[in-house]
Amino acid sequence: MTEVKNSQELFQAKVDAEQKIEPKDWMPEKYRKTLIRQISQHAHSEVVGMLPEGNWITRAPNLRRKAILLAKVQDEAGHGLYLYSAAETLGVSREETIDALLSGKAKYSSIFNYPTLTWADIGAVGWLVDGAAIMNQVMLCRTSYGPYARAMVRICKEESFHQRQGYEIMNVLANGTPEQKEMAQDALNRWWWPSLMMFGPSDANSPHSAESMKWKIKRQSNDELRQIFIDRTVQQAEVIGLTIPDPKLKWNEETMHYEHGEIDWAEFNNVVAGNGPCNKERLAARNKAHDEGAWVREAAMAYAAKRARKKQAA
Amino acid sequence: MNNTNEQGWPLWEIFIQSKRGLDHKHVGSLHAADAQMAIENARDVYTRRQEGQSIWVVPAAAISASQPDDAAMLFDPADDKTYRHPTFYVMPEGAKFI
Repeated sequence: MTEVKNSQELFQAKVDAEQKIEPKDWMPEKYRKTLIRQISQHAHSEVVGMLPEGNWITRAPNLRRKAILLAKVQDEAGHGLYLYSAAETLGVSREETIDALLSGKAKYSSIFNYPTLTWADIGAVGWLVDGAAIMNQVMLCRTSYGPYARAMVRICKEESFHQRQGYEIMNVLANGTPEQKEMAQDALNRWWWPSLMMFGPSDANSPHSAESMKWKIKRQSNDELRQIFIDRTVQQAEVIGLTIPDPKLKWNEETMHYEHGEIDWAEFNNVVAGNGPCNKERLAARNKAHDEGAWVREAAMAYAAKRARKKQAA
Repeated sequence: MNNTNEQGWPLWEIFIQSKRGLDHKHVGSLHAADAQMAIENARDVYTRRQEGQSIWVVPAAAISASQPDDAAMLFDPADDKTYRHPTFYVMPEGAKFI
């Protein structure tokens, strides 16, 4: 018992001293479990996040936009892989994490359960959804678990083009024909509130946060990150002449922050519970892709075995 | 840890050399059927922005690692040998290029 306590204290001392925890270090079981859940959910979000954007690859308005969108979606696949690899270092197999997604047991970011109805949605997703994700990801570059932090550094390097390309799409539409501007405004109207929900429940209702903060998995609270995102994004919307769909939005001279209207947490909980507009469609698409790719994975293994035999014979 | 996935694809550790003359540096891991496929996948996963000009792939199972708990003992011999560093030595005032 004393030994366990000592390990616990040594672990916390390392975390407090800003030393990274590495895969072979002793760690509390709950730290390991929390990370496995968080990292694999994060990985699933990258992978499912390809679906709403993939919806527009064939219909991108020109070759430049199509090449950019393809590159972005390919990045998301890469980000999923970095994260699955980081989760694996905690002792969970790739098969287990993927199965948890496919069976619906694991969660992914609820934002991807909303549909991308128009081309402007691709702009809004890059600007707002990737913008909100970056806030979280920049914080996670300093998370206490080494492999997770390293994956996040790589992801952040790649992610900033995602947000910029989205904002560029919105800027072009907002300064285009009245119809194009209306389309951009409509996309902002639909994506604004779900983007704010991406930061998670408000601090008062976020039960796991204290422990994650103590272990330095998280380093800023949901509300803190949400506030920075709002402050930055409101200014960006003004620059391109779009209106944030929140009548209660107001600059507070004293706090130097924007005050905002109440977030509809009932909607958030409903989507998390599986009742968003696209939950079923997303999961069905992932399962279909996985099942239809089974023969490719088997064939690759058979081909590798054949190559190995040939090499041996030569 | 289970080092193969559902189809039996083993796990590979990936090392990338970003420029000639530099070390190959560990960047992460991936599953692949064989070494050739691991290299091809590593190209797509880890060098999409010209991060590399050479790739090494090593089966994860082939790597042996020291135990973090043994670190104090393992690295102890170096602890009391500051004379291995050039700053240990007292140089006379005025001596140049040393």
